[in-house]
Amino acid sequence: MQTKSAARNIFFGGTIFFFVIFVGLVAHSYSYIVTTSTNVKTLTEAVAHGKKIWEENACIDCHTILGEGAYYAPELGNVCKRLGGKDAVMGMIEARQENEEDTRQMPNFNIKGKDLEDLAEFLCWTSTIKTQNWPPNEAG
Amino acid sequence: MKYQSQKIALAYFIVAMALFAVQIIVGVTIGYIYLNPHFLADLTPFNVLRMLHTNSLIVWLLTGFFGATYYIIPEEAEREIESPAIAYLQLAILVLGTAGVVVTYLFDLFHGNFLLGKQGREFIEQPLWVQLGIIVAALMFLYNVTMTVLKGRKTAVANVLLLGLWGIAIFFLFVLYNPDNLSLDKMFWWWIVHLWVEGVWELVLAAILAFLMLKLTGVDREIVEKWIYGIAALSLFTGILGTGHHYYWIGTPGYWQWIGSIFSTLEVVPFFAMVLFAFTMVWKGQRNHPNKAAMLWALGCAVLAFFGAGIWGFLHTLAPVNYYTHGTQITMSHGHLAFYGAYVCINLAFITYAMPKLLGREPYNQVLNMVSFWVMSGGMAFITFALTFAGAVQVHLQRVQGNAFMEVQNQLGLFYMLREGAGVVVLIAVLLYLYTVFVPRTEEVISTQPAE
Ligand code: HEC
Ligand code: HEM
Ligand code: HEM
Ligand SMILES: [Fe+2]
Repeated sequence: MQTKSAARNIFFGGTIFFFVIFVGLVAHSYSYIVTTSTNVKTLTEAVAHGKKIWEENACIDCHTILGEGAYYAPELGNVCKRLGGKDAVMGMIEARQENEEDTRQMPNFNIKGKDLEDLAEFLCWTSTIKTQNWPPNEAG
Repeated sequence: MKYQSQKIALAYFIVAMALFAVQIIVGVTIGYIYLNPHFLADLTPFNVLRMLHTNSLIVWLLTGFFGATYYIIPEEAEREIESPAIAYLQLAILVLGTAGVVVTYLFDLFHGNFLLGKQGREFIEQPLWVQLGIIVAALMFLYNVTMTVLKGRKTAVANVLLLGLWGIAIFFLFVLYNPDNLSLDKMFWWWIVHLWVEGVWELVLAAILAFLMLKLTGVDREIVEKWIYGIAALSLFTGILGTGHHYYWIGTPGYWQWIGSIFSTLEVVPFFAMVLFAFTMVWKGQRNHPNKAAMLWALGCAVLAFFGAGIWGFLHTLAPVNYYTHGTQITMSHGHLAFYGAYVCINLAFITYAMPKLLGREPYNQVLNMVSFWVMSGGMAFITFALTFAGAVQVHLQRVQGNAFMEVQNQLGLFYMLREGAGVVVLIAVLLYLYTVFVPRTEEVISTQPAE
């Protein structure tokens, strides 16, 4: 029984040890994100609202954003740079028509007006995040 | 079955297996959409079906864990479950929530409603009311099993199992935190996803595996209990800081490239330890348990988890490699074999073990069940290989050469066809498995003799 309780103590002690280090590093990363890697000044209400539109339509289950999500459609973390600005992004989302050719299609979400603008605003804000130079190239 | 309340597990397993069938059918459907993008495009687009595929996966795995826990705890604590009524109510809430999710996704009900509409972060798209329901169900569950253990015998298996389950519930609470800042959102999103599958779920896996080894090999409890704390320790010591392998490119500091690379490489160790554990127990064990199929699934689980999580995880976990493979079909290949090997197989192992006891019969249909193991695992391995090749080509064309995403995808058709073919084979194996566990026979057709 001796070795068993020793094993248990090592388990609990070690877990707490690593978790505390982890929480400390995440706390530091939190401040790094809000001071260094993302621009909280340009994170306007429009951007926050755009993120909501992004989520309500579950864009993440076709696209990746900063490399996370689904692998069916292009990476959108850098789409604003790839397409050359907010208007082009809005144009791409609006232009979606079903059943053109034999390739994958993006549904037409009928996102209009301020919703569309804020959605593009969110994607363009995202492309300003400092991501240790990922992705390797514009293709994403 | 020594305790009446172990019977609760049966209801959980039925729900889990129904969702398993749904998950695979939808998986084969989205695999087909990859080949024929217009299929269902107007009715239910790819993203909706993908949500159903991944969410049903996670819900059925958890339902299976709950069922297994209700089966294991009475035998470990040597007591009936505190309240079977609570257990059934908990299942009812989960079923209601699942039905709500399916209807909400398929018909896009309450679009944009903060409480009733879907939420759209990967894997946790469930409407808020469902997430709150899950939290309530989890609390009922934890109360129920914790009370049972507190009033009964305390074993290492039960301790590690409960710790894992508490961890699952605690980290799930992060679904309620969704900051506007995408980088912060992502950083804490991984507290659910990574700290689940490479943290607390591993404890549940180790505990269920240990219970099966105790029962199937008849090895001394002393020995098993030493192993289980060792495996649990290795899992968390490496897995917690291993979260760093998701903090490379999302706006988090550069030092994660070192921490993530080192600790996530070490994450292979607990999976290797599980292989050693399982085979050592079989080798040391005296008992020749009649349920050979359960043993096959349990050993298969340890090995395939090692390959899917360990080898395929290591394949893309070093930061300089992940820089190129991040978010490609390489990720997909790993996701499939890891989830399958570790968490699908442990559930199917446990159900294969428990079902004959729950239904009060001998383990029949064993040969067919073992066939389903080989066919299903072969199919999943094939899917993994196809996607690994697809991923290698994608990485080269897109990440190294810089060709546009859609252009590259158009060249991967062959791999997606192979994936789909293997997917159909998996589906057939799943149906075979369900037949062997649910449909009773009056006698074993082929007993100890090998098939002719
Ligand atoms: C059913 C899957 C699906 C969903 C859901 C989806 N998309 Fe797309 N999207 C695509 C596909 C496929 C393409 C590529 C089409 C092409 O290039 O021919 C695409 C292309 C794009 C592009 C242009 C990318 C480029 O590099 O040219 C943008 C921008 C975009 N989507 C934004 C969104 C937003 C915002 C949402 C959520 C409101 C969304 N998508 C939801 C499938 C989807
Ligand atoms: C038990 C078996 C299976 C498990 C555990 C499983 C698990 C998963 C997981 C975890 C994801 C999300 C991956 C990620 O985000 O990285 C996923 C997506 C997917 N799965 Fe499965 N799956 C299984 C079977 C299948 C089968 C049989 C098929 C069909 C051939 C299939 C096709 C897909 C497709 C097409 C996607 C979406 C890919 C994308 O985003 O582009 N799955 N699955
Ligand atoms: C059973 C345990 C595991 C399961 C179920 C699992 C599952 C997954 C899934 C589903 C993803 C995709 C997440 C997404 O949608 O973005 C993923 C990503 C990843 N996993 Fe695992 N994993 C496991 C263990 C491991 C281990 C042990 C390692 C390392 C050795 C590892 C390394 C990675 C890496 C590096 C990624 C990120 C991929 C990317 O950059 O796109 N995983 N895992
Ligand atoms: Fe991970």
